[in-house]
Amino acid sequence: MKALHDFVEGKIKPNFEEGAKLHKLWPVYDGLYTFLFVPGHTAHSGAHVRDGIDLKRTMNTVITALIPCLLFGMWNVGYHHYNALGMDVTFFDQFLFGAIKVLPMVIVSYGVGLGIEFFFCVIKGHQIEEGYLVTGMLIPLIMPVDLPLWMLALSVVFAVVIGKEVFGGTGMNIFNPALLARAFAFFAYPTWMSGDKVWINTDVAEGQAVVDGFSGATILGDLATTGATSYSAFEAFLGLIPGSVGETSTLLILAGAGLLIFTGIGSWKIMLSGVLGGATMGIIFNLVAPYALSPEQQAFMAVPFWQQLIFGGFAFGIVFMATDPVSGSQTEKGKWFYGFLIGFLAIMIRVFNPAYPEGIMLAILFMNTMAPLIDHYVVEANIKKRQKRLALKTAGA
Amino acid sequence: MAEVLDKESSKEELIDKVPKEPLFSKKNRKLLSDPMNDDNPITVQVLGICSALAITVKLYPALVMSISVLFVMAAGNVIVSILRNFIPNRIRIIVQLVVVASLVALVDQVLKAFAYDVSKELSVFVGLIITNCIIMGRLEAFALGNGVWRSFLDGIGNAFGYAWILLAVSFFRELLGSGTLFGYQVIPDAWYIANGGFYSNNGFMLLPPMALITVGIIIWVQRSRNTKLIEE
Repeated sequence: MKALHDFVEGKIKPNFEEGAKLHKLWPVYDGLYTFLFVPGHTAHSGAHVRDGIDLKRTMNTVITALIPCLLFGMWNVGYHHYNALGMDVTFFDQFLFGAIKVLPMVIVSYGVGLGIEFFFCVIKGHQIEEGYLVTGMLIPLIMPVDLPLWMLALSVVFAVVIGKEVFGGTGMNIFNPALLARAFAFFAYPTWMSGDKVWINTDVAEGQAVVDGFSGATILGDLATTGATSYSAFEAFLGLIPGSVGETSTLLILAGAGLLIFTGIGSWKIMLSGVLGGATMGIIFNLVAPYALSPEQQAFMAVPFWQQLIFGGFAFGIVFMATDPVSGSQTEKGKWFYGFLIGFLAIMIRVFNPAYPEGIMLAILFMNTMAPLIDHYVVEANIKKRQKRLALKTAGA
Repeated sequence: MAEVLDKESSKEELIDKVPKEPLFSKKNRKLLSDPMNDDNPITVQVLGICSALAITVKLYPALVMSISVLFVMAAGNVIVSILRNFIPNRIRIIVQLVVVASLVALVDQVLKAFAYDVSKELSVFVGLIITNCIIMGRLEAFALGNGVWRSFLDGIGNAFGYAWILLAVSFFRELLGSGTLFGYQVIPDAWYIANGGFYSNNGFMLLPPMALITVGIIIWVQRSRNTKLIEE
């Protein structure tokens, strides 16, 4: 390791230093260097550091929390593919098929996103921002497996350029970039982002055929159109259901949530209040189900509230997207409102508008816009409270 | 009476101060060229955005809209410029509105007579030319204080500045959203996924948010090329 470090310091670094030929590309060098080694610079003024955690380690923790979902998603893709074809293959075959489908999505997401990020850093001449590390992993996990790669790439371009760079890069974005990529794909190519064709890969080779009675619809798609689904709640909890690559397994998402809460990186307040919000709306729907307008809607509303929480992308969104520290609410009290409303709206959109089964995406994006407003009122309330206290004190004295 | 007229004409000379200038002097040419770039009504003054978002799904309606605005703007500027010394200051907005409204009514009738389909597609937005901020803005800011010829040039310049943004936005929206230009298919049929290709139209382009984003990108490009527009 030391030999490698000496080689980089001695042979490669001079090329990028002030005045050298490749100085323009310094941000690229610096970004890769600090990614691999400990940064060589120290704080100049009084630093108040309790833990040496930096943005990169934060990101790495989130990615670690996402890895189980990714691996399970790969296997799930293969599992459903071979199920649809009625073939009995080994666990390894299922995983391999899924990996072949999912890995290109991850590579495209990272390649395109980091390419743009590096490009902007070189133009603007500042350090590489590592904000894309998590976004790049989230994007393939919230897309259907059959989405053409160029559409994925275009969504990434939109999310990074319009969602992030125009606002000034990492930490300045008002929306969660990964969700923006999904929203872009959803509105631009609706036939590839919804319906019953895209969630399970049914490419057939010579001599293969899709089994009779096969349906590729997700649970939410089924519920919205017919009010019934063929998957059990236990399957949904484990994740043996069709859906976006990484969103299906509530169990593994909970494991990821555990890691995020344990390391203090994801806000447990947002997650808890999000679940509470979703459950509240679910219970309200349960209560008013007899008054629904159509039998399908009635069946959808009557779904037990706890099942709403494990269907679709609800859990994934609450754990990994709503807790985004940049676009979410910043005040501790605000996080309760922010999370609660996300859960509440997500279930409401999902049931009321069958065209948007993924209510969680729209709910989070909507609450992203509202987060500053929530923070504003929390801060104002605090100011008022303290003014009142001061007035009491001075009056008493 | 003669005395009054004399007074009026001398006033006009005072205001104009350019009676002997050539028709296309440098100053007058600037009236035409400024709105194209440095002083563009949409991207710099951010006026007339509503119609830019609403009718830029296809090129043809955008073109018809641009021509209508061009006519209303040039004629309105000329008429208000002729009348400018007779309009009492306190009711000038009403007078301007009457002028613009009659011109818009004229445009609306012509469109209904000769281009009914487009007229239906543009629907209320023809009528809403009356409230197009660019037109009122130019009448207030320019035609009320300048001679006929200069007002005419200013009207045309601003209308072209409006038109090229409209056409640029609708070019991208129609090309990427429908795969056509002026209704003619430009993206080969064989490219589409339904026909075994790889391509698909971008449905987002047909929605108003994408018009806003396209205008935003044009503003972005313009400001990075023309750094004096960037405010601190």
